[in-house]
Amino acid sequence: MALLEVEGLRTAFHTRHGVVRAVNDVSFRLERGETLGIVGESGSGKSVACLSLLGLIPRPPGRIESGSAQFDGTDLLYSAESTLRGIRGRRIGMIFQDPMTSLNPYLTVEQQLVEPLLIHGLAEGAEAHRLALAALKEVGVPDAERRIRDYPHQFSGGMRQRVMIAMALIAKPDLLIADEPTTALDVTVQAQILDLIEREQRQRGVAAILISHDLGVVADVCDRVMVMYAGIVVETAPSEALFRAPQHPYTRALQLSRPARQAKGTELYAIPGLPPDPMQVLAGCPFAPRCEFAIDDCVRGPIHLEPLPGGGESACLRIQRGELEFEGVARALSQ
Amino acid sequence: MAQSEAALAAFAPEPGRSLWQDAWARMRKNRMAVFGAIALAIIAAASVFGPLVWSHAYEAQDLVLGASPPSATHPLGTDKLGRDQLARILSGGRVSLLVGIAATAVSLTIGLLWGSIAAYFGGRVDAVMMRIVDILYALPFTIFVILLMTVFGRNFVLLFVAIGAVEWLTMARIVRGQVLALKRQEFIEAAVALGLRRRRIILRHLIPNVLGPVAVYTTLTIPAVMLLEAFLSFLGLGVQPPMSSWGLLIKEGAEMMEEAPWLLLYPAALFTLTLFSLNFVGDGLRDALDVRASRD
Repeated sequence: MALLEVEGLRTAFHTRHGVVRAVNDVSFRLERGETLGIVGESGSGKSVACLSLLGLIPRPPGRIESGSAQFDGTDLLYSAESTLRGIRGRRIGMIFQDPMTSLNPYLTVEQQLVEPLLIHGLAEGAEAHRLALAALKEVGVPDAERRIRDYPHQFSGGMRQRVMIAMALIAKPDLLIADEPTTALDVTVQAQILDLIEREQRQRGVAAILISHDLGVVADVCDRVMVMYAGIVVETAPSEALFRAPQHPYTRALQLSRPARQAKGTELYAIPGLPPDPMQVLAGCPFAPRCEFAIDDCVRGPIHLEPLPGGGESACLRIQRGELEFEGVARALSQ
Repeated sequence: MAQSEAALAAFAPEPGRSLWQDAWARMRKNRMAVFGAIALAIIAAASVFGPLVWSHAYEAQDLVLGASPPSATHPLGTDKLGRDQLARILSGGRVSLLVGIAATAVSLTIGLLWGSIAAYFGGRVDAVMMRIVDILYALPFTIFVILLMTVFGRNFVLLFVAIGAVEWLTMARIVRGQVLALKRQEFIEAAVALGLRRRRIILRHLIPNVLGPVAVYTTLTIPAVMLLEAFLSFLGLGVQPPMSSWGLLIKEGAEMMEEAPWLLLYPAALFTLTLFSLNFVGDGLRDALDVRASRD
């Protein structure tokens, strides 16, 4: 059985100006020890989807309209707050985007590191201190014995993110959710943090969901990639396959837009147009207005995510009909 | 350049010290705050221990003497009933400081909890709690106190309660504003994601982060409370003669300003000094308690 199985998740925000359908019928599954990357631009619903799982979206205005999320036998979407509290931090660890603001400035690193242990009753006193110190060493904070008594403001951004990772993993969770863990960091530090997450996760056999808007980041670390656009999943595929042969025009366009792929001096490729207004209900494919391959059927809809022979899934009508085929936008990654 | 680096180095907390040690180190570097703290300590010590040592009792009258200027036996003079002014200032300090501290403590506790709970839960809870604050704000203070006094009788403790019950309203509003800004910070969300209970989030993560502004407002509340006490005493609702308080002494001094200026001068000077000191300490506290101030 899969560790996490999300079916038909819909999350909407009821604002004064209308209903924003941030996540619109999203389904995916995650095996134990597997790494899933969720890629999409801002507002594509990737963060909201994950926050919905942990019951972390502000309610109101947010509302989970339908769906289910089986996590090891518990439906996260229909669990009582107390059940969720026991899962958060204990069985699902979370790393946030901005390490500058995700640590409490008034508590020492140690006080924050031991917090998950204390509240979930895993350890206390000297034992908690020992575990916290070990966790800090594990994530590569130098001089951990001394640094553990420091305050967050005495740490650099990269070091703080290391602390966050240690905190997320200290209770030995089964699933780690990292919401853009490297976006706020220096480019040089990004690679280190990604390596750290990947290493920790492989060593411990923790399943992970890595949210990012950077295809390169995701492809390096993840087994499988899920591409989201305007609240829906447009494609999922093993990361190798995704780069070898994208199965959705949006994925292809994303790859074409990567600066690393372009020859020096040429103009950068950009996807024309803007993402659709999230308040509008679209009948067809949300990417159709910007898609160079769109036909009338794409606009008319309906569209579904359907499995493809290659093992992935695509929501593109024309791919499903076999009318389109993208050959490898070569895998030109950071390495 | 070298100077500013030295200044920065001076403010960088040394590693491995507690928040309070850090705050203390920063506080010591602030000369005005240190001056204020020392002045307050002397005033408080004099008020607490002074009446025990001073040879004159605050209520002992010498009607023949009347209002006399400062002399060898009465260094700060006497009031119109011939009571020693120094003794009255010292014992008045007891009352004023006690009222200031006790009423502020009451307002601090209620305001801090009320404001942070309202802001943290938000929505309907927030609306109801803050409307209650609005309604209490609209209640005329004097009438409220008179009501209390007539129902429960004239009582010293009631004075604290009455003042505290009014002063917490502003505190609640200040705390609410702070918490509203704070609760969208990622570390609060991170705390929820770690599985913390709301109570623990409020007590451990929210309240310490609002202590800076609260410390400043507290040092402003103490003088405000002392002024309120003076006002109530003036109306005959507060401290009753022969007991004294600084408010009462200033009021009596003001009545005899032309014939006996020393009666106004000394208590007013002491009161002013206390207020200034409290403000300096408040400023110092705010800077010292803000661990983020040393970030850059």
